Amino acid sequence: MKKDRKGLVLFSGYKRGDGIKRALEIGRENILFELKSSKLKGRGGAGFPTATKWMLTAAAISEEKFLVCNADEGEPGTFKDRVLLMEYPELVFDGMVIGGYTIGAKEGIVYLRGEYEYMLKTLEDYLEQMRKDKLLGDKILGISDFNFDIKIRLGAGAYVCGEETALIESLEGCRGESRNRPPYPVNTGYNDRPTSVNNVETLASVPHIVIKGGDWYTKHGTDKSSGSKLLSISGDCKKPGVYELPWGTTVREVLKIVDAEDSKAVQIGGASGVCVPVSQFDRKLGYEDIATGGSIMIFNKNRDMLHILKNFMEFFVEESCGQCTPCRIGNVKLLEGVEMLEKGEFTFEYIEKLIELGKTMQISSKCGLGQSSPNSFITILENFKDEILNKRGIGVEI
Amino acid sequence: MKKDKTSRTPVSQRAFEVEKPTDTNTIGGTITIEINGEKTIVPLGTTILDACKQKNIHIPTLCHHEDLCVAGVCRVCSVEVEGFRTLQAACAFPITSPIKIKTSTPLVRKARRHIIDLMLSEHYGECYSCIRNQNCELQDLAQEYGVDGYTFGHVTKPTYEKDTSSYSVIRDMSKCVLCKRCVRTCIDLQEVGVLEAIDRGDKTHISTFMEKPLSDVVCINCGQCINRCPTAALHANDPSDEIWNAIDDPKKHVVIQTAPSPRAAIGECFGLAPGQSMTMELNTALKRIGFDGVFDTNFTADLTIFEEGTELIIRLKKALVDKDTSVKLPQFTSCSPGWVKYIEHFYPEYLDNLSTAKSPQQMFGAIFKTFYAQQKGIDPKDIVSVAVMPCSAKKFECNRPEMASSGYKDVDYGLTTRELAKMIKEAGINLPEMPKSHFDSPFGDASGAGLIFGATGGVMEAALRSVIEFVTGNKTEDIFANANIMPVRGFEGVKYVELPIAAVGPVPEILKHLVPSWDFLKGATLKVAVAHGTANAKKIMEDIKAGGKFSECHFIEFMACPGGCIGGGGQPIPTTPEIRKKRAEAIYAEDESLVMRKSHDNPHVIKIYEEFFKEGPCGHLSHKLLHTHYTKRGKFIA
Ligand SMILES: Cc1cc2nc3c(=O)[nH]c(=O)nc-3n(C[C@H](O)[C@H](O)[C@H](O)COP(=O)(O)O)c2cc1C
Ligand code: SF4
Ligand code: SF4
Ligand code: SF4
Ligand code: SF4
Ligand code: FES
Repeated sequence: MKKDRKGLVLFSGYKRGDGIKRALEIGRENILFELKSSKLKGRGGAGFPTATKWMLTAAAISEEKFLVCNADEGEPGTFKDRVLLMEYPELVFDGMVIGGYTIGAKEGIVYLRGEYEYMLKTLEDYLEQMRKDKLLGDKILGISDFNFDIKIRLGAGAYVCGEETALIESLEGCRGESRNRPPYPVNTGYNDRPTSVNNVETLASVPHIVIKGGDWYTKHGTDKSSGSKLLSISGDCKKPGVYELPWGTTVREVLKIVDAEDSKAVQIGGASGVCVPVSQFDRKLGYEDIATGGSIMIFNKNRDMLHILKNFMEFFVEESCGQCTPCRIGNVKLLEGVEMLEKGEFTFEYIEKLIELGKTMQISSKCGLGQSSPNSFITILENFKDEILNKRGIGVEI
Repeated sequence: MKKDKTSRTPVSQRAFEVEKPTDTNTIGGTITIEINGEKTIVPLGTTILDACKQKNIHIPTLCHHEDLCVAGVCRVCSVEVEGFRTLQAACAFPITSPIKIKTSTPLVRKARRHIIDLMLSEHYGECYSCIRNQNCELQDLAQEYGVDGYTFGHVTKPTYEKDTSSYSVIRDMSKCVLCKRCVRTCIDLQEVGVLEAIDRGDKTHISTFMEKPLSDVVCINCGQCINRCPTAALHANDPSDEIWNAIDDPKKHVVIQTAPSPRAAIGECFGLAPGQSMTMELNTALKRIGFDGVFDTNFTADLTIFEEGTELIIRLKKALVDKDTSVKLPQFTSCSPGWVKYIEHFYPEYLDNLSTAKSPQQMFGAIFKTFYAQQKGIDPKDIVSVAVMPCSAKKFECNRPEMASSGYKDVDYGLTTRELAKMIKEAGINLPEMPKSHFDSPFGDASGAGLIFGATGGVMEAALRSVIEFVTGNKTEDIFANANIMPVRGFEGVKYVELPIAAVGPVPEILKHLVPSWDFLKGATLKVAVAHGTANAKKIMEDIKAGGKFSECHFIEFMACPGGCIGGGGQPIPTTPEIRKKRAEAIYAEDESLVMRKSHDNPHVIKIYEEFFKEGPCGHLSHKLLHTHYTKRGKFIA
């Protein structure tokens, strides 16, 4: 079932267990060294340096630590983690074993999105095979003091449970709500133990880096954004799908690769990402310009931007965990604003106020969900003001 | 970083505490930070909120409450911290590095204003028609931030139906701002866990198990959630309209009893600082309002000491002399109706340990409709009995079907301190200005022992003052200076005291028919314990279950509310640890100013045993009127 995919890193050749073997050969410090020189950043969206996260978890003093693979993949428009898990489980699980070894965890947990339940059997079978091959379980590859096993836990369908602290709450059997920070999971995570939460793609990048070295990895991508990125591309294009591209690729190049015509907007980073208009198609994907967890949605000239925005806002109104004021009520107000625009019953002054409110939400919400939910509202209204107003026969602001 | 292991609130609704250094002089014990450009030194782990408080910088809060763990959900306390992209919640940020804080920047002010505007947009209600008008934290915030309009609109219809099912607590979720204080109160402070947030996103709301009405879940009616709700989303079931009707009805004889705790707190509703008792002023006010008789619940508190004390003596004799193994010890107090409902739900197997004595409120009610009615020559059906209590659970208690053994409801209405203050204001009376007057006869003024029932440990102290004298024949003063039994006082969650009985005296007349001699107590050690707040009660109960030291006790006082009645759910809002302390001080000071400080010295109580309960304590008639039975409720309700 594996598709014939080509890519620089993840979609290049790899043999199961090689990364683990190499990791055990070079030892913890060298793994961290290679990771640090690779400048690998978390692929789940926040872009936190993976070497730092693992170093902090490794340095935390505790008799028990955990490594969690975040496979909640809830951001609208992403499906790259699914591809990795189904087609490249050797990368993801080897990455977890290496991570467990590096930070000193004995247990790895895959938090699998509820909708991916159908993969469960395949993945469990795969893990069983790894155990038989001594890549998992007690004394991995015969090393007497290295025991590590992986279990899979299913999520229950809330988007916010992809946020690492809400994920941990959910793992502990509580309502999916994000926690106060500090402290961070690297100190006090699952069951109060130091926990490293890493995205599927982050983990999948690790075996390659361990084998080929950090310097090799930085040859790809840009100075600030090393390596490659999996992009889940959907929307108005002829060749949607998952692509591995080096960081630094421009929006225009992406559109060309997937054969998109008459594009007028690209939503980068899912519902919580930003909306890029034609005039900005030369912008680059990368932490220095447009960072993304990998969701790319392409809209052509026939699409109604306001309608798209409404979809996004409806998503957040529903998916906010409801804990903090700015996010719980703020998103409702932004959605109401969209509906006012839809009906043409609004004042410019009020829409300005809502944009200001959006900016407050970005800085005062308790977690990343509320902090990023106004992004599309702000960028779509900024970039497509004329379209939104003209389409409804309302003159542009004088 | 350390998580509070005792908390059952989900971690997401709590901030983490950093262990504060015990000695701030050690290296790293303190940190120099900068608040608004000014340097200050704080102990490691201090929250930004507390650091600012020390510098007299006010940070608005809403979800924060001194009694509760920190949730960090309202975000109104947001401040800027250098180096952070986002604002930080001051209440939930423990300081562990030399940070620079700004508390009033344009970004901060705008964010706070936005947050308040957002809360108001979903908050149904108009202040002038609201029970919390002028005593509402949301209203205060709006005022503080100069809100003069609804920036983001305002709901004009209630979002949720009111839940009026409970005798004690009304839930009006259209006024809820989701600060989750009630959730944390119920699960942490009280270890009951009736309330939780359910649903997600804009549908999030506070509700009960399976969204059942409050009357159908394990709520113990303590009202602690009411006391911590910043708005009117939770309030007590107010009977004052019915009481006004009764007062205005010339055919009705309306009597009122006042408990000590409301008297120690009601001044707060009239702008007085906490800790000033208004007992005598209140008597005058109540008479002016039109009550036909004003009485002191302490009278029946004194009576309770006789009844409950006698019951204990009977139990002890049965266990120690008759070797009757069916007798249940320790005996638990039964005067806190919140505690009674708690044990009925959570430890129904221990109901036989609960004293069968009614609470002072209910005893007085029964006496009004019998002895008092006879004395006054009034038909009991025309008597309306009102009880002013610090407590919302008293409203449930007076409506228990078994509380009508005289053929009439013992107490018709339980009124909270807050509700009474409102009635007094409505009558145009400024309480602190009232001249002082005494309680009405035939019950008159009561002892200081009854008075201290209001603070945690008070029932125990009152009981001990009498027990010591009954059993040893000595004065309590001979053992405890000034008859102040300090070991049972104070706000420690669980207190445990042992009293060796070295010598015994003669059995007093009133008990002679029950115990011929005290010899069986000679050389024994009386073991007693005190717990306040049902979370602490739970600790004792679990210990008893496990056969720990509390199972060896003879008598245990339990109060459902933190601090005892002075911290009751019907008391003025706010109630904080500091305020509870002040109210308790007021009660102990009043006790100390009295000449009569022991229940058995109360001549009116002696008289009622001579004239009415002629068989003495725990006799036939007192069993009928002054004792009750309980219901095994369990945790699962159909
Ligand atoms: C609302 C929200 C949803 C998130 N969903 C995901 C997700 O589905 N998968 C993921 O890997 N990270 C998600 N994240 C990011 C995680 O919080 C966390 O940063 C990430 O798992 C860390 O892994 P990384 O360092 O490998 O990126 C989400 C964050 C937020 C605020
Ligand atoms: S920002 Fe939204 S999702 Fe995050 S804690 Fe607040 S309400 Fe919950
Ligand atoms: S709860 Fe407070 S803000 Fe709301 S109507 Fe009542 S007094 Fe006003
Ligand atoms: S009254 Fe007490 S038991 Fe009932 S919900 Fe409130 S805090 Fe919980
Ligand atoms: S009911 Fe009151 S205390 Fe509870 S969340 Fe709502 S506003 Fe807060
Ligand atoms: S008071 Fe700090 S978040 Fe509510």
